[in-house]
Amino acid sequence: MNIIVPVKLVPDLVEELTIDSSGKALDTSWLRLILNEFDDHAIEQAILLKERIGGQVTIVAPDVEGIDDVLYTTVAKGADRLIKLVGDFAGGFNNHALARVFSAVIKELQPDLLLTGVQAHNDLDGSVGPLLAEQLGMPYIGYVAGVTLTDGNVIARKEYPGGLIAEMEVTLPAVLGIQAAQQPPRYIAVSKVRQAMKTATIEEQTAAELDPTGGLTIGRMFQPEAGAQATMITGEVNEIAARLVSFFKELGIL
Amino acid sequence: MSYNVFKSIIVLIALLVAGGIFGQRVYRLLWVTLRRGQASGHFGHWGERIKGLIVFVGAQLRLFRFLIPGTAHFFIFWGFLLLSLTIFQAILEGLVAFANPHFVLPLIGRFGLLALLQDLFAVFVTIAVLYDLYLRLFVDPERYKGSHKSQGVMVLMFIFTIMLSLLVMNGIRINLGEDPIRIWRPVSTIVGRIFAGLDVGAQGVVEEIAYWIHLGVVLVFLTELPEGKHFHVVTSIPAVFLRNLEPRGRLPKAPEFDGQVGVSSVERFRWRQMLDFYTCTECGRCQEVCPAYSSGLSLSPKMLMIDLRNHLKKRGAALEPPSSDVVVKEKTLVGEVITDQVLWGCTTCYACDQECPLFIEHITPIVDMRRYLVNEGRMDAQLQDALANLGRYGNSFGQSERMRAKWTQPIQPQLKDVRKEAVEYLWFVGDYASYSATLTDVTQKTAEVFQKVGLDFGILYEGERNAGNDVRRVGEEGLFEMLVEKNTTALNKCTFKTIVTTDPHSYNTLKNEYPANDNSSRPVLHYAELLDNLIASGQLKFSKKLDYKVTYHDPCYLGRYNGVYDAPRRVIEATGCELAEMPRNRDRAFCCGAGGGRIWMEEGEVKERPSEARIREAVKLDGVKVFVVACPKDVTMYRDAVKTTSQEDRLVVKDLIELVHAAM
Amino acid sequence: MNQDIYVIVEHLRGQVADISYVMLAAARLLAQGTGGKVVAVILGHNAREQVVGLGADQVLYLDHPSLAEFTSDAYLKALAGLISENAPRVVLLGHTSVGMDVASGLSVRLSLPLVSQCRSVSTDNSLLKFISQICGGKIMAEGVLPVPTALMTMVPGGFKPEHGWSAQPPEVTPVTVPTMEGLRVTLKQYVEPEAGDVDISKEQILVSVGRGIQNQDNLELAQELADALGAVMCASRPVVDQGWLPTTRLVGKSGKSVKPKVYLALGISGAPEHVEGITGSDVIIAVNTDPAAPIFDVARYGVEMDMLDLLPVLTEQVRQATGG
Repeated sequence: MNIIVPVKLVPDLVEELTIDSSGKALDTSWLRLILNEFDDHAIEQAILLKERIGGQVTIVAPDVEGIDDVLYTTVAKGADRLIKLVGDFAGGFNNHALARVFSAVIKELQPDLLLTGVQAHNDLDGSVGPLLAEQLGMPYIGYVAGVTLTDGNVIARKEYPGGLIAEMEVTLPAVLGIQAAQQPPRYIAVSKVRQAMKTATIEEQTAAELDPTGGLTIGRMFQPEAGAQATMITGEVNEIAARLVSFFKELGIL
Repeated sequence: MSYNVFKSIIVLIALLVAGGIFGQRVYRLLWVTLRRGQASGHFGHWGERIKGLIVFVGAQLRLFRFLIPGTAHFFIFWGFLLLSLTIFQAILEGLVAFANPHFVLPLIGRFGLLALLQDLFAVFVTIAVLYDLYLRLFVDPERYKGSHKSQGVMVLMFIFTIMLSLLVMNGIRINLGEDPIRIWRPVSTIVGRIFAGLDVGAQGVVEEIAYWIHLGVVLVFLTELPEGKHFHVVTSIPAVFLRNLEPRGRLPKAPEFDGQVGVSSVERFRWRQMLDFYTCTECGRCQEVCPAYSSGLSLSPKMLMIDLRNHLKKRGAALEPPSSDVVVKEKTLVGEVITDQVLWGCTTCYACDQECPLFIEHITPIVDMRRYLVNEGRMDAQLQDALANLGRYGNSFGQSERMRAKWTQPIQPQLKDVRKEAVEYLWFVGDYASYSATLTDVTQKTAEVFQKVGLDFGILYEGERNAGNDVRRVGEEGLFEMLVEKNTTALNKCTFKTIVTTDPHSYNTLKNEYPANDNSSRPVLHYAELLDNLIASGQLKFSKKLDYKVTYHDPCYLGRYNGVYDAPRRVIEATGCELAEMPRNRDRAFCCGAGGGRIWMEEGEVKERPSEARIREAVKLDGVKVFVVACPKDVTMYRDAVKTTSQEDRLVVKDLIELVHAAM
Repeated sequence: MNQDIYVIVEHLRGQVADISYVMLAAARLLAQGTGGKVVAVILGHNAREQVVGLGADQVLYLDHPSLAEFTSDAYLKALAGLISENAPRVVLLGHTSVGMDVASGLSVRLSLPLVSQCRSVSTDNSLLKFISQICGGKIMAEGVLPVPTALMTMVPGGFKPEHGWSAQPPEVTPVTVPTMEGLRVTLKQYVEPEAGDVDISKEQILVSVGRGIQNQDNLELAQELADALGAVMCASRPVVDQGWLPTTRLVGKSGKSVKPKVYLALGISGAPEHVEGITGSDVIIAVNTDPAAPIFDVARYGVEMDMLDLLPVLTEQVRQATGG
């Protein structure tokens, strides 16, 4: 089975995010980029499928800062092929543009199954997965937390709120938006990643020109105001507990 | 055929058979199996090693840490050495019986003083053996749980029999006038008197029976020697002689297999480690002091050695060319012989290695096997997260590198940035001291003390990463190397004379494992050592005397690993506090349970947390109000333990710097 | 040119999801700006009762057996046909497991612009504006909805569901659905979550724990408080992902929405996906070591401290107060 996992890097929310001087975009000077958490799950799910039924796993990513380390780590996990798309990504790009760039490359690869993260926290114009699916003319199921194979058809476990699951069958080739892999993304020892750096190669392909049509123009980006702040209770722990108990009484629950 | 000819033939056959079995077993265990082990590097330092033999084998020094059993073993050991000559005598007199029935060893056989010592030691050995039997059969201490007690009892009975039969033989020879140096054997004489009533012929028969029993038990013992724990009789002296002389806090270089470190099967251990597995006497001293074991986890350092030894023997057999159709189904080393749980239970506190009379290393095989687990990704989710954070952010808290120096904000004047200016002391702060909310106060007080004393110091700010001590001990060698690289690069760009650190874990690895840090060029100090120096030089003066009664907990990586026991005590004394020692102090201090990466792991099925046990130990000290520590992890663990044992009114946990700060 | 605002109603097994009402409220505001109608679009099979309560001027009802249960392929096909035919001004979909499956596909198939994670909308003269929240709620992005047709996926929080509800049932217009041949996605079955556990959405007092609980052993501390208060325990995603509490106790976007009198958020940061589930609470009391945690923006009372330090003391005082 030929499985392809398109991934992207997103700003690390551990760092403080600030707006740049234009007031319309994030300040990239202190920005650290990390692998989209859901794409990490997609990679794990792909490796799990490969371990279960065999096949080849290809990772495709745009060439941004830090992508090489991410790609080598996937090899250490079990990915077979790495494709890095070289293009003018530095100026910023939206998901429509990224999906188009992916679509041009992936069309040639004739995949059976595409797995990608269901969303990313910086998605402003849809998600890469369903955009890519439509561009490739493939069906899409999102919020998938479990994938099984039966006679050439894929059963995806789709999550709804409240813990409800819908088992959906989809014909291949198809795109699945992964919410959670069947086990958490595995840890890879640094020594294995370093070994992968020596043995694996990252294929570079030129990305098509970026076409952001379908996204919207942002007029302004800002940090939300604190809004209606909570009344903070201060003091030493016994005093705080006492205040809380008196609130509980006021509210009628004690 | 006369009896004596018959005797010589039997003795010869028995000797050849027993010797053959013994030889073959030793050959297979030592030569064949050990050769499959990995290289163990260069030994050297022969002078120190010979001194070690005198102190640790001759004087049996470590054994006396358990006083009475240690004394018993001292006598058994020296008795064995002295009396081995009598065994030699017995064998030879048997072999030459056909020519000379009354053969006596030349020189040695007539050395009166030796005979006296042998006679006396026969008694001492007997008393020691009786004590040991009493210990095993009636007292049955906890540390023997899991040991092969029946084997121990059997061998004690052997020794007892050998002593008794020797005394009977000697006694009767004295009665029959066959002993030229009888006046040197008072004990044998007394034993002989028991049989004085029998006629000469009967005594002769008793003597021969005693001889056959004596020789028989000796030869059976000989064949049993290579099995189980008594192999230490053969391997202990080489083991102590070849013990690891590197600093305790330096893990040895690991052999690589396809570019990866980690032991997945027993032949990947170094042969010197295999020698350790054979040398374990199952005494259980290590188990007794192990914090993991006492907290109810499945790890026992003693059982680890026993399991490794048994597996080594089985696997050694399996690796040989098959002599028959016997298929040896062995278990996998990591997971079946030694479970993941056992491996993750270790806090690397060094109590086991400290206690072992034969310098067996328990921690290095654990770390070696952990390396394999890390490579396979076999660890709990919490540890995985901690390692992922350490890899990405250089700290286990998952916070940005830029937040590392946030604690310095309120401090005036601003602390020097060693990346930008030269200083005398580079203060390597450490993760916990920098990022943990519980410790911000302590870290700030440390800075204030340094400033007040007029120390020329600075910090690395965001350039600092986790020093890697526990990353290495968790088994993530690659990440450890990466952290060392990053920290070393940062350090090399700075100009300073000495590194001072507030964290004993950072201290340990910076001092012993960072390549560029041999003490001559860039000494590494723990802040207790620094304060001690400053007090001695007069640079640090106290304006008041604190008058509270305190106790002090020796951090594992400061005390046991690096021998720094007195400096913190002098500092406590200088602040005016009265120090009451913990019952388990100095190299017997009981670990808080956070080391070896365990602070990053899920706790597991713990019956009593080591930190809680330690607090319970502390509150038994009359009048002690303050529990003084010198490690940020200790502050965290013990403050929690004081709460969970409901001792907040009885005991308060303070870092050493808080005492200093208050007394200035 | 059509100035209507379309809302794609989300319903699952006979229940209309709250997000539909949030979208209707937003649509009303937009419709006031454009002068068009608020049109609720319902796809289903024999699902006419779903229209009750919808605060819309008109309902377009598309009935087809293939639309009985949601599948991305069928809904995408049906909606693509409808939207390209009618060309409304704005189409609102939920930023949910349903809406997100089709929104992007519509954007590509119909070459229409799409904006996601929208929290609120506004009108500024003739302009229709949106504000989206991204990066875990830390960043807001504002822009203008372009003409002639714009697609949006909405998150809750900007509008109260009550404002999208109406007692007046709207006029229902059936729409013929094109042939549904060659569908590639089929629903095999639903799998219910583990039953036999408490339904937290019906509880009055909830003690909720997040990452601040640190490890499984500390759950006991929270359970003791819950017991003392006669409350039930629930959690945010990190705790449930670890398996420390069952998924039936998950509060938030992928879990349940709760409406207690008192919601005690302990060691919960307040990420949007969680806050989505608690906006129905009367009073939220938050305990967190981080004073900048977004939970304090929705809480009535806040305590900046380690929940593990507060719990035993609070439990004890509650016990004393109840005399138990």
